Parts: sequence; C-alpha cells; structure tokens
Amino acid sequence: MEVLVASAIGVLTAAGIYMILRLRTFPVVVGMSLLSYAVNVFLFATGRLVVNQPPILRDGVTSYTDPIPQALVLTAIVISFGMTAVVVMLALGAFIEASNDRIDLETEEDGR
Amino acid sequence: MMEHWIIAPVVLPAMLAPLIVLWMRYDLVTQRVASIIGMSALLILAIALAVSATMHPPEVYRLGDWDPPYGIVLVLDRLSAMMLVLNALLGLVIVLYGIGSGWDRRGWHFHSLMQFQMMGLNGAFLTGDAFNLFVFFEVLLIASYGLMIHSGGRARLKSGVQYVVYNLAGSTLFLFALGTIYSVTGTLNMADLAVKVAQMPPDQTALIKVGAALLMLVFAVKAALVPFQFWLPATYTNAPGPVAALFAIMTKVGVYAIVRVYTLVFPITGTTGTLAHDILLPAAGVTLVIGMVGILGARDMGRAVAYSVIGSVGTMMLAFAQFTQGATSAGLYYMIHSTLVAAVLFLIADLVRERRGRWGLSLTDAPKIANHGLIAAMFFMGAIAMAGMPPLSGFLGKLMILDATRGQWWLWGAVLITSLVAIIGFARAGSQVFWRAYAVEVEEGEGPEPAKDASAPALAFTATGLLLAGLVGLTVLAGPVSNWVQGTAAQLFTPRQYIDAVLAGAEARAQEAARIGAQEHGHMNVIEDMRDEGAATGHDAPAAH
Repeated sequence: MEVLVASAIGVLTAAGIYMILRLRTFPVVVGMSLLSYAVNVFLFATGRLVVNQPPILRDGVTSYTDPIPQALVLTAIVISFGMTAVVVMLALGAFIEASNDRIDLETEEDGR
Repeated sequence: MMEHWIIAPVVLPAMLAPLIVLWMRYDLVTQRVASIIGMSALLILAIALAVSATMHPPEVYRLGDWDPPYGIVLVLDRLSAMMLVLNALLGLVIVLYGIGSGWDRRGWHFHSLMQFQMMGLNGAFLTGDAFNLFVFFEVLLIASYGLMIHSGGRARLKSGVQYVVYNLAGSTLFLFALGTIYSVTGTLNMADLAVKVAQMPPDQTALIKVGAALLMLVFAVKAALVPFQFWLPATYTNAPGPVAALFAIMTKVGVYAIVRVYTLVFPITGTTGTLAHDILLPAAGVTLVIGMVGILGARDMGRAVAYSVIGSVGTMMLAFAQFTQGATSAGLYYMIHSTLVAAVLFLIADLVRERRGRWGLSLTDAPKIANHGLIAAMFFMGAIAMAGMPPLSGFLGKLMILDATRGQWWLWGAVLITSLVAIIGFARAGSQVFWRAYAVEVEEGEGPEPAKDASAPALAFTATGLLLAGLVGLTVLAGPVSNWVQGTAAQLFTPRQYIDAVLAGAEARAQEAARIGAQEHGHMNVIEDMRDEGAATGHDAPAAH
C-alpha cells in the first residue's frame, strides 16, 4: 500500500508540474488541480497509513488513525477548490479581454 | 487584561467587510466612511496592543478555549504587534488615497476587499499555529487577487492570472512543507514544534531539514527573494496604484514568517543548525543586486519602484540572515522604513500616471504634469529615502545593518555599491520624468491636465504626505524606535518566553481541569457523562506519535 500511495503522489505531482509549465491557461488549471490532489493525498499520508481504524481514542482501543491530517486535508480541499474557482474566473476574464489564453505577458506594447 | 482584544484585529475587519458588501453595496459614501472608521479603529487597536506587548511578555489567546497544541492560538508579542501597527497605518493611508484618487469607484468592492486583506494580514501576523498561518495566507491572497485586478483591463488581468498561478503553486508547496513537518513531529503549533524539534536526536534530522527548507522556499516566494522574484515586477507595475502600495506589506509577510519560524522553531543553535543562514545569505545578496540593478534597467517608473522593493527585501534579508540579535534589530528598523518608503513611492508613481495621460510612466519625454513641482519634490524625498541617502531613515537603516555586519567585507561592498546603483537609477528616472518635461514644447492652449476623475486630489496628496511624514518621524525618532526594535529582537532570541506563554498555560489549565475532575469523582453519573463527552469529542486523545 505504501508503494501505491507514494507512487500515486509522485505521478500526480510530476504530471501537475509538467502541466503548470505549459503556457496556456487550461493546462495550467488542470495542472493546479492535479497538484492539489497530490498534496491532499500526501497530507493524508502524514498521519501514517492505517486501514479500518477509528480516528478517536476510546477506552479499549489500542490502534487508531491520526485524526489531525484528516482535518487538515478537509481544510486544504476546501481552499484549493475555492482557489481553482478563482483562477478559472480570472483566466476566463483574461481570455475575454485579450482574446487569447496565453499565460505569458506580451512585452512592451501593452506595458500599461 | 488585553486577552480578548488580541483577536479583535482579525474579527473587526472580518465583520466589517461583509457589511460593506451586503449592506452598503450601492452607496459609495457610506462605504468610504465605514472603511475609514474601520481602518482608524484597527490603528488604535494595534497601537493599544503594541503598548500591551511592550509592557508584558507574549500574550496568548486560545480560540474556543481549546488548549494548545490541539487548539489554535493567537500570540501577541512585540514582533507581531509591530507588524499590526505597520499594517493598520498602511491600510488607513491607502484607503484615504484610494478615496482621494477615485480608484475606489473604478471597480467593485475596493473597500470590502481592503478589509478582507487586513483580516488576512493581521491573522498571519498573530497566529501561533503553522497550519493556521497557511489559512491566513490564503485569506490575504484571495483578497489580494481581487484587489490586483481591481478595475480590470487587459494587461492587469493577464498579470493577475500569472500572480494567482504563482501563488497557488506556492500554497501547494506550503502544504507539502507542513505535511513533512507534521509527519516528523506530530504537531503544527509553533511553540510545540519548537520544543519537539529541539528534542530530536541530531542524527535523525534529515526529514525535518527537508521540511524546514521547503518552508523557506514558500516564504521566499512571498518575500520575492531570488530565485522567486519573477512575479513581482509585472504584478506590482500592473496593479492599481494604491494596491501596489498595499502590496509593500505583502512581501513583508514573507519576511515576517521567515523571522518568526527560523528564530522560534528552527533556531540557528538548534538541531537544524545553520541551514537557514546558509540558504538565506547568498539568496539575499543576489536579490539585493538584481533589485538595485533592475532600477537602473527599468524602462518605466513603476518598474523601477517595483525593483527597488526587491532590492530592499534583499537588504533586510542580509541582516536577518545573520541570525544575531544586533543584526535582527537593524533589519526590523529597516523593515519599517522599507514598508513605508515602498508604499509612498508606489503612490507617487500613481500620482504621476494619473496626470501624465498617454505617456503613462514610461521614461520618455513628455510635457509637464499638473502639480509638477509638488510631485517632483515628493518623489525626490521618496527616492533618497529608498536609495539610503542621508538624511532620511533609509540611511539610518542601512547604517545600522552595516554596523551589525562588521567584518563581512563582501556584504558591505554589496550594500554600498548597490546603493550607488539605486541612486543613479532613481536620478535617471526622476530627471527623465520631472526635469526633461521642462524642455518639451507644449502646443498653444494645452496646459497640463488635472488628474483624471480624482474625487479629491488634495486627499490623495495628504495620504502620500502622511507616509512621507511617517518617514521623517522614523528618522527623528530613530533613537526610541531602535531601542524598541532592540527589545523586540531580544524577545525573538529568547524563544523560551514565547514557548512558555503558549505551553505553560496549557499545563496549568490541564492540572486545574484534573483537580476539578477529582472533586467531582464522588458522583458516579457525572463522571460517566464526562467520560462519554470526552470520548465523543476526542478531546483527551493523546497525539498519535
């Protein structure tokens, strides 16, 4: 399981970084999403990987999963979801204004 | 006494911003009044908190009364109080300028976004929890995205997209760093982290060093340190004038976070050793050179100012990277100066752009502008302060940094030579914009045009003048201010105070709770209830590691 999770994080991160380095907004947005999936799984794994264990310590429970990373992941998911929405709207606005979806700035003539 | 007021700098703008959006949406006058009142209240609060922080050791506010390390805490110490005052002062001036120059009516929600921005910044300065720092970073970033593209336009939206994408990548990196640190230590409370990191055996620090270095990269992105400075010039040049001035404190958030985390959690004497020093010092040197040379190479005044911000970040990081008490207090003084002077230069650049018509800020020949002499004099003051010429505070700040880094000849050389380059760069920009204008022939009947749709130009000038007055004040009161920042640096270099304030209180309270629990031991049903509650909330679960 460790190998599976680790390679999933690795592949997602690599794909995300590759997509971010493209110069069009759509691949960049997809890349951001992939990266945020990668980081969510990574955060989940920081509490150690355990299967079928309760996240709460009760009397008589000897083995449990760490609840804090789950709370962190929840926060991170909400934030990255909101941020993706913002960047999509912004990219759309820029596309409508500039009638192209390139992410790099043309130099000088529109310098202002 | 001040305990509950500690959260007020976060709650006040958080309440005011939705009120402005929902209730005063169509009434700009009410928005303006509410915004000014809000900012003034923040400034008064921040000063009161600073007085309290000066007289007391670090004070802690437990959100929801949950004990650290499980609950989130806000911590008020001298450094965070200083940042609060600086932030509130800047916020007030920028709202005044935004109203005076008419920027606030060129798009929607300027005032509410300003309030959200203040909430995020104040929260980031106050929080004592690393994950909460991430959350407040996101709050201040999302407000800054809105402000950045305020009033729209093609270039602004395009550079806005770049800014957002760059910062989103930075946020992802922040999460990776926090995850790495949590996986090693099992906590994200900064005081608790400091204790846990200090206890780590020296031969098992590889992973925590990775976490510390990743965190450094994140803060370097925010502070625009080389090699992460590329986003800054385009963003700051294309942002609306007052927003660019506000962003003067955004880079300082990164600097603040570096100072906080690498004096408290990963001190130079601790298990991670000189890691931070080794990364920061060369990065700061290169940042300084690139920034100051950029002033010389810039083809418009806005870019020249943006590069000078990068250069000043480099200067102060040279001081902070020493991680000695003396250099840190010099850096803190320079940080106050640099925030004010960067803001004032962006405001002046905006004053020029508003009046120069189709020439904008480009360094080409253009006729004289309205209020030519006054703006030129203001730019002259701002430029000599930024370049570090006497008599203003930039000179004193650089002098303190040089004094604190005696014996490092390359650092002296870098600071002094780049100062010369900055002087030449600003002299070139200023003489092109203000002096060459006298030589330009003006056609008959075409006088200088007043600023386009400014509602109250006098207010815009007053706001800019306030910041300049702040610089003069910082120079005149250099003695008391530098004494105060020395106290702040001393507090930073005795992290025990901070840790005790956060954790010792929690221990005492845990014992108190245990004592109350023991008194009620006789009532069987009570203790049954308590046990059920405790299990249901997971409150008494120990950390998993």
